Amino acid sequence: MSITVLFLLAIGLGLAGWLAARARAWTFRHESQTSRLAALPNYHAWYVALWIAIPMIVFATAWSMIAPQLITQSVLASPAADVLPEFGFKRETMLSEARAVATGAAPGVFNTDAQGLVEPYRNALSRYGTIGIIVTLLIGFLGGAWSFLKLKPDFAARTQVERIVMAILLLASLVAILTTLGILASLVFETIRFFGMVSPIDFLFGTHWGPDPMANADNPDASRYGAIPLFWGTIYIGAIIAMIVAIPLGLMSAIYLTQYANPRLRAWVKPALEILAGVPTVVYGYFAALTVAPAIRDMALATGLSNPSSESALAAGLVMGVMIIPFVSSMADDSIAAVPQAMRDGSLAMGATTSETIRRVLVPAALPGIVAGIMLAISRAIGETMIVVMAASTAANLSANPLDSMTTVTVQIVAMLTGEGSFDHPATLSAFALGFVLFLVTLGLNFVALRVVKRFREAYE
Amino acid sequence: MVTIVHPNLEDTDAKMSARGVSVYYGDKKAIDNVSIDIPTKYVTAFIGPSGCGKSTFLRALNRMNDTIPSARVEGDIMLDGEDIYRSKMDVVQLRARVGMVFQKPNPFPKSIYENIAYGPKIHGLADGKDELDAVVEKSLQRAGLWNEVKDRLTDSGTALSGGQQQRLCIARAIAVDPEVILMDEPCSALDPIATAKIEELIDELNGRYAIVIVTHSMQQAARVSQRTAFFHLGNMVEYGRTSDIFTNPQEERTKDYITGRYG
Repeated sequence: MSITVLFLLAIGLGLAGWLAARARAWTFRHESQTSRLAALPNYHAWYVALWIAIPMIVFATAWSMIAPQLITQSVLASPAADVLPEFGFKRETMLSEARAVATGAAPGVFNTDAQGLVEPYRNALSRYGTIGIIVTLLIGFLGGAWSFLKLKPDFAARTQVERIVMAILLLASLVAILTTLGILASLVFETIRFFGMVSPIDFLFGTHWGPDPMANADNPDASRYGAIPLFWGTIYIGAIIAMIVAIPLGLMSAIYLTQYANPRLRAWVKPALEILAGVPTVVYGYFAALTVAPAIRDMALATGLSNPSSESALAAGLVMGVMIIPFVSSMADDSIAAVPQAMRDGSLAMGATTSETIRRVLVPAALPGIVAGIMLAISRAIGETMIVVMAASTAANLSANPLDSMTTVTVQIVAMLTGEGSFDHPATLSAFALGFVLFLVTLGLNFVALRVVKRFREAYE
Repeated sequence: MVTIVHPNLEDTDAKMSARGVSVYYGDKKAIDNVSIDIPTKYVTAFIGPSGCGKSTFLRALNRMNDTIPSARVEGDIMLDGEDIYRSKMDVVQLRARVGMVFQKPNPFPKSIYENIAYGPKIHGLADGKDELDAVVEKSLQRAGLWNEVKDRLTDSGTALSGGQQQRLCIARAIAVDPEVILMDEPCSALDPIATAKIEELIDELNGRYAIVIVTHSMQQAARVSQRTAFFHLGNMVEYGRTSDIFTNPQEERTKDYITGRYG
């Protein structure tokens, strides 16, 4: 019995309750000889409908999560379950095969031992399906009856409905937060597992990165989880090379657009710049890997370097910088534009030129906003994955030469998760530890940036 | 078309003079054919109802209207006989000589010291730290603010009270040693006590600088100015000694405005 049916039941019953409650509320109006009810009939209707539908939907959702386990348990309790092996892979397959046949998703069993389980499964499915429907309906009727009995001419249905709606809105806003917390919890859990195998000191301060997914107890490789080269590569590409490109270009374009460009040009260029932020990063990745990286290698060859890398940190960093320009420029633009016109007039009236006014008054006044924009841009750059996956290499070099190949945290996360190691191997788990570090760093940057922006806003309001 | 503008004024040493000045915002004429002489040694007040163009005309005197793209100025405005719109004098030099104080105090979000030092620095008026210190102290003293802020010159200018901020802005204008100071309703955002202090300050500065003040308050014009020009609907209706304008206006419209019949 699928959850869809239960949902449809909830909606149907809710509709019935809605109509009934509305009709009831209309009769109040005739009986009480006054058109002044405490709430409009529609609010009475919604009150009943919500009291029917919401408990039903909540129960149906919970039931759809609990029922499969109850079904499995009842199958395991049946005598037919004796044929199952104690545990392991085969037991799981047999169970899922029997379930597939019982629900009609598969025509027959592959493993003949599972055939005996099909019948108990079928029985359990229909039994729990019926229980689900009956309980759901019961809940709906109870909710409907309880709320319907509360309807009176002076019942404040509107306040009640508004309260329920508010609770729904609150839940909606909690979903994103709770999901984030859940993700964080799973990240922490796997990270702890990883640190059970590799010392955090080695991980955070080791300078050699080379996990071997095939390593095992006979061939330990604990010394090779030093993440410093990854952190360095991430910072070098995302926070240094990319920012050397993005900060001056972004700032200058913001200054030009707010202070010099005529309104018609600004109306055209600003949206165009912001569209850049919407280009999928994989497109930038192509550009970096197929155009910029070979060009840089050719240039390096032309200047006489022997054997330059075709996956240089420079290529990834340059393209990432271009990708980041809109972030820097749009934040800088907003904060420069937010400096009151009076400041600008004050400076110009002192005989300052436009450029002096920008350098000495507008940019200093807008600096907190600009800095916050840069920090958001950095956090975006170091978390960026696609460009570096396509254009940076997987070789973990600790080097200051931008023409060397380097790798980043995100590249290694992808490499480790899609690698050949089993899921409980430290090489795979290291992806979670890397992700956790990345999460903490970007969280910290965003937190500081938002605090700075907030203080900056208060300064003028 | 240039006529004798103020037959009743005997002193002719004009610091600035406007002849046939009209200001447009796009197609809209905000100031129509105004001619006036701003005396060197006096405070001149521009009065008139809101929207009469007095602020627009004030902003024409140091070319602040240049910052509004649609604004256009016709006619001649002279500073010491030099046309400020067409001569070699550029806008930077002009504004160093003709300073301005705005309606709402607008100190920069910098320290008190840096607020004053800003002008001397951009115009290269002070040589070294000692000279700059001296300029800052002198300007703050002239603006009557020195005793209140001398112990906290590094505090932000925006941390001062409204009246102090406005005197800081006046000190900032004084710091570049201007010849003319334009004040655009400098007290409209201040309480009566702060207003009294600014008026006192204007009195003290009178004679050292040519001062033009736009004001909504006729009492203020009467208190601080020696010359008054009455603007109405983009025209300068009447100009003369403040005492004459307030006691014996020649024009019907001036009389109506001063007696409070409109405005």
